[in-house]
Amino acid sequence: MRRLVVLGAGTAGTMVVNKLRPKLARHEWSITVVDPAKKHYYQPGFLFMPFGIYSPRDVVKPLAPTLRSGVELVSAAVDRVDAEGRRVLLDNGTELSYDYLVIATGTSPRPEETPGLAEGLGQNVHEFFSYEGSTALAAKLADFPGGRVVVHVAEMPIKCPVAPLEFVFLADSFFTKRGIRDKVQLSYVTPLPGAFTKPVSAEYLGDMLERRGIALEPDFVVESIDAEAGTLTSFDEREIGFDLLVTIPVNMGADYIGRSGLGDELNYVPVDKHTLLSTADDHIFAIGDATDAPASKAGSVAHFEADVFLPNFLAHVEGKPMPESFDGHANCFIESGGGKALLIDFNYDTEPLPGTYPVPFIGPMRLLRESRINHWGKLAFRWLYWHMLLPGRRLPVPTHMSMAGKRRPPTTETTTDAVRIPSGF
Amino acid sequence: MPVTTIAGREVHVDAEGFLTDPAEWDHDLAAELAAAIGIELTAEHWKVLEFLRKDFATQGETATTRRVQTVGGFATKDQFALFPKKPAKKMAYIAGLPKPRGCV
Repeated sequence: MRRLVVLGAGTAGTMVVNKLRPKLARHEWSITVVDPAKKHYYQPGFLFMPFGIYSPRDVVKPLAPTLRSGVELVSAAVDRVDAEGRRVLLDNGTELSYDYLVIATGTSPRPEETPGLAEGLGQNVHEFFSYEGSTALAAKLADFPGGRVVVHVAEMPIKCPVAPLEFVFLADSFFTKRGIRDKVQLSYVTPLPGAFTKPVSAEYLGDMLERRGIALEPDFVVESIDAEAGTLTSFDEREIGFDLLVTIPVNMGADYIGRSGLGDELNYVPVDKHTLLSTADDHIFAIGDATDAPASKAGSVAHFEADVFLPNFLAHVEGKPMPESFDGHANCFIESGGGKALLIDFNYDTEPLPGTYPVPFIGPMRLLRESRINHWGKLAFRWLYWHMLLPGRRLPVPTHMSMAGKRRPPTTETTTDAVRIPSGF
Repeated sequence: MPVTTIAGREVHVDAEGFLTDPAEWDHDLAAELAAAIGIELTAEHWKVLEFLRKDFATQGETATTRRVQTVGGFATKDQFALFPKKPAKKMAYIAGLPKPRGCV
């Protein structure tokens, strides 16, 4: 009997075990998934809870029933992986041996990484990347009287890099509906050089901020937060005042990864970005937010990765070369408020571009443009998540990104003999 | 890929001016790139640049400010003092390395 152990029953880990179980004969393979959680959260819903669009019951289900029969759930936290001995030591003192290990323990917010952040949490400092944080923020926003609202990203990478932008768009819409938009100063503070990294989408999203009267403070790397004074200070000594700070704390992979010597400086597992096989150990894969692959940390990425992982894993365990290559494909809705949303579709090599999706030139969804149908797509996705994605059923969208239906704006290439200097230096 | 003349010879750069072939880099080039963005290289700058070059050689990725702090041992505050405002990008630019990957 060969043993597969999967660490983490979040989006990626659940898809992996549910997809693999029918492919691995039960008399040949056992599948065990390790997670101390009793509940599975639909994390994209954490964005909507602060605005009362979703209630807690929309985003949570008991964890055990999300797993196929034939998958053993071990409800414990991981203390350490002994890669050499091919075993996982659990915090309850027991251990699990494996033939193959899949690390899918994701990433989590670390308020303690920013001096002063934790002290203000729940008062004038809030976050919405956890169920508890999102619930607390809903209560705060419901009777927020007005003032300076700062939406802030501490450090990249974070889970769902578009979420803070969506939050600020939805906040604009929310305060408008509440009739107090004129009493709220909204600003977006980011360590990135603009609203987003890649030039085409950064410009479009930057314009959207401007049209909504949301101030953008780029290149802001936070050094500390003084909750009592209501200020945010950057390493280059800029200071921003707030009455309500909604921050995305530093995100890091699980601590046991660091303790096991399997992680980088943020506890992410170095992998081959096309196969997801650990660069350190060919009996270990990592998938989803837990890897150091230069793709978005997002459910859509985990989903496309899982499609590629499945045939690769089956080949690898038979000693054959892995047939598929992951291209970094991500596909993200961006809520823009007022019942509209954008959609972006991109990969390792291609930045988000305007166009149509999933059918070239037809759509019905529009890329990098606001539309109502994109918003309906985002809302419908919750059903797909519980009923298609988690059970490991294939969605009718291509795994690899396609350029068909995308338009690349013309670039103006200038030639010069002088030393080129990046803009903003 | 554009070619530009720096320190008396042709080097390959991307649209923004970051070197595309780290092997074309040397100390003269670094000094000239630094001067172009108003930085005069001191011994402290060189220590950081040497770390970046060494780290890139083993990792194949440009170190982020966090990595320069946790692995290289140069506090973020000091990186900002040496390479004002945009340390991550400026360090990469002068060290002849690709722009560090940020958000994707």
